[in-house]
Amino acid sequence: MARILLNDLRKTYDGQEVIHGITMDIADGEFVVIVGPSGCGKSTLLRMVAGLEGISSGTIEIGGKVVNALEPRDRNIAMVFQNYALYPHMSVRENMIYGLKIAKMPRAEIEERLMRAAKMLELEPYLDRKPRALSGGQRQRVAMGRALVRDPAAFLLDEPLSNLDAKLRLQMRLQIKEMHLRTGQTTLYVTHDQVEAMTLADRLIVMNAGIADQIGTPLEVYERPATEFVAGFIGSPAMNILTVTVSEGAAILPGNRRLPLPGLPGAGEFRLGMRPEDLRVAESTEGAIPVELRSVERLGADAFGYGLIEGTDVPMTVRLPGNSAAKRGDRLGVLPEDGRLHLFSVATGKRV
Amino acid sequence: MRRTVFPHKFLPWLLLAPQLLVTLIFFYWPAGQAFRQSMLKEDPFGLSSTFVGLANFRRVLSDPGYLNALQVTVVFSLLVAFIPMAIALFLAVQAEKITRGKGLYRTLMIWPYAVATAIAGMLWLFMFNPSFGTLAWPLKQLGINWNPLLNPNHAMILVVAAATWKQISYNFLFFVAGLQAIPHSLLEAAAIDGASRRHAFWTIVFPLLAPTTFFLLVVNTVYALFDTFGIIHAVTGGGPGKATETLVYKVYNDGFVNLNMGDSAAQSVILMLIVIALTAVQFRYIERRVHYG
Repeated sequence: MARILLNDLRKTYDGQEVIHGITMDIADGEFVVIVGPSGCGKSTLLRMVAGLEGISSGTIEIGGKVVNALEPRDRNIAMVFQNYALYPHMSVRENMIYGLKIAKMPRAEIEERLMRAAKMLELEPYLDRKPRALSGGQRQRVAMGRALVRDPAAFLLDEPLSNLDAKLRLQMRLQIKEMHLRTGQTTLYVTHDQVEAMTLADRLIVMNAGIADQIGTPLEVYERPATEFVAGFIGSPAMNILTVTVSEGAAILPGNRRLPLPGLPGAGEFRLGMRPEDLRVAESTEGAIPVELRSVERLGADAFGYGLIEGTDVPMTVRLPGNSAAKRGDRLGVLPEDGRLHLFSVATGKRV
Repeated sequence: MRRTVFPHKFLPWLLLAPQLLVTLIFFYWPAGQAFRQSMLKEDPFGLSSTFVGLANFRRVLSDPGYLNALQVTVVFSLLVAFIPMAIALFLAVQAEKITRGKGLYRTLMIWPYAVATAIAGMLWLFMFNPSFGTLAWPLKQLGINWNPLLNPNHAMILVVAAATWKQISYNFLFFVAGLQAIPHSLLEAAAIDGASRRHAFWTIVFPLLAPTTFFLLVVNTVYALFDTFGIIHAVTGGGPGKATETLVYKVYNDGFVNLNMGDSAAQSVILMLIVIALTAVQFRYIERRVHYG
């Protein structure tokens, strides 16, 4: 149980800065997901908290103590690795109690903690098996169990579900959520999967090239993305983002069409973002954005139409009702819902 | 395992032929000759021989000289099997920690392997020769009356050192490869679990190196029993007295120096049985405890 403070955290490799100053206050018991594309520094950030990577500048505080100079073992954290990192020559039981034995905990307590974790993770029948005799999902649970028995100040999870198939991933996601609710541990979770990020997090850190572009609750991030990058990264299918020129209460779209949009700030070039689910199909293409459909994906409840703005090669994605008759080649006029527009600066990518 | 079906019965034999031929000519035929000769007694001029059954074996096994060679071999082999492994493991672990010039260190460590056995023996002989050895002098200054030509223990230390020095490279190479095969995340997991480096080494790295260690144990044993002949021949010639006369050296000495072919052949048959038994034991009892990743 601990509050974690990150203060202007930076990391430099060979003179090149890869983490550019991250500051965050993680409350005790909070579930924070660090999300971003590969190479954005999210794993590095987690490993810095764990003590597996050095800190170039800034401080990390866990439970009121600056841990910058502490070895991983003195930070009172537990970590689940992407490849699980189970000790292959030890049984599940030995894997899970390895840390407790080092801590010289009394036997009875070790056994009690082991059985409690094994029960929670449904690992009881496998305690004497070696990791290689387990399935991917079981190995994942052992890795979780190994972290759980230690009852640490904070849990760190580094893409724990990325090696599982889709069905297991969903199952484990629910189990992780359940575990967090039961234990109430402060948790830092790294993933590139936005569904995991949105469903698990109390708060998200969206990372882009070593910068925390936005820190906020999943809904905040979805509703009011702070940068064009966040807007494009969170949400599926991705947000439509196009360059427009704003003048006199209207936006000039690619293909030189005028779309009257009242209440737009300023004038000049902007990046205009519209989520596919925030677009509705208008009666005609007059006064709307004309889209020529290239393909329609039907998911049952919804359908997504993928097309281009007529006369240009700017792609647009539109959510359609599941029973929509739209098909390839159709021309649709689409209009954004009121107040569901996102405008970003062309120069900085920041929200306007 | 994949089974390949050849269109002709002839082709697989043809493909195996070179290896089989080499094995037949250089192993089975001489081994057979040794068996035959071990039951024969030759006249002093090598002109005729008579069948004597197991008489040669009986004589060899009751010969105090042979029992001495057996004892020397046990001591020598144990030392030469384990010391290079220990040193090589230590060096491999240290070399892993180097960040700059790792390749250079590794290359330098592997060089001694390219030195011929007899040359390695001569090197050590020169360095530790009591009268002109470069390194014998400092030993004398330290008050050690160093003389491998007269002192049996000194002679044993010298041959063990020479044999070890040459075998370290080979062991080092395999340990480096073995260490690289251990996922780094295991050590990170151990670090987070609270293990010190030393504890993680003994509870994780060392057990995971077991296949390598086992392989090297087998290889080093065979090396100590047979391949060190050149070193012993060059450094001590089995002396002083019989202090460094191993079984292989005695086979050579009795057969080709003393020309007692019957005894020599009986000894080599016994030696072969010892090696077969040793290897079988290693595979049966030690390998079982080895965890293959």
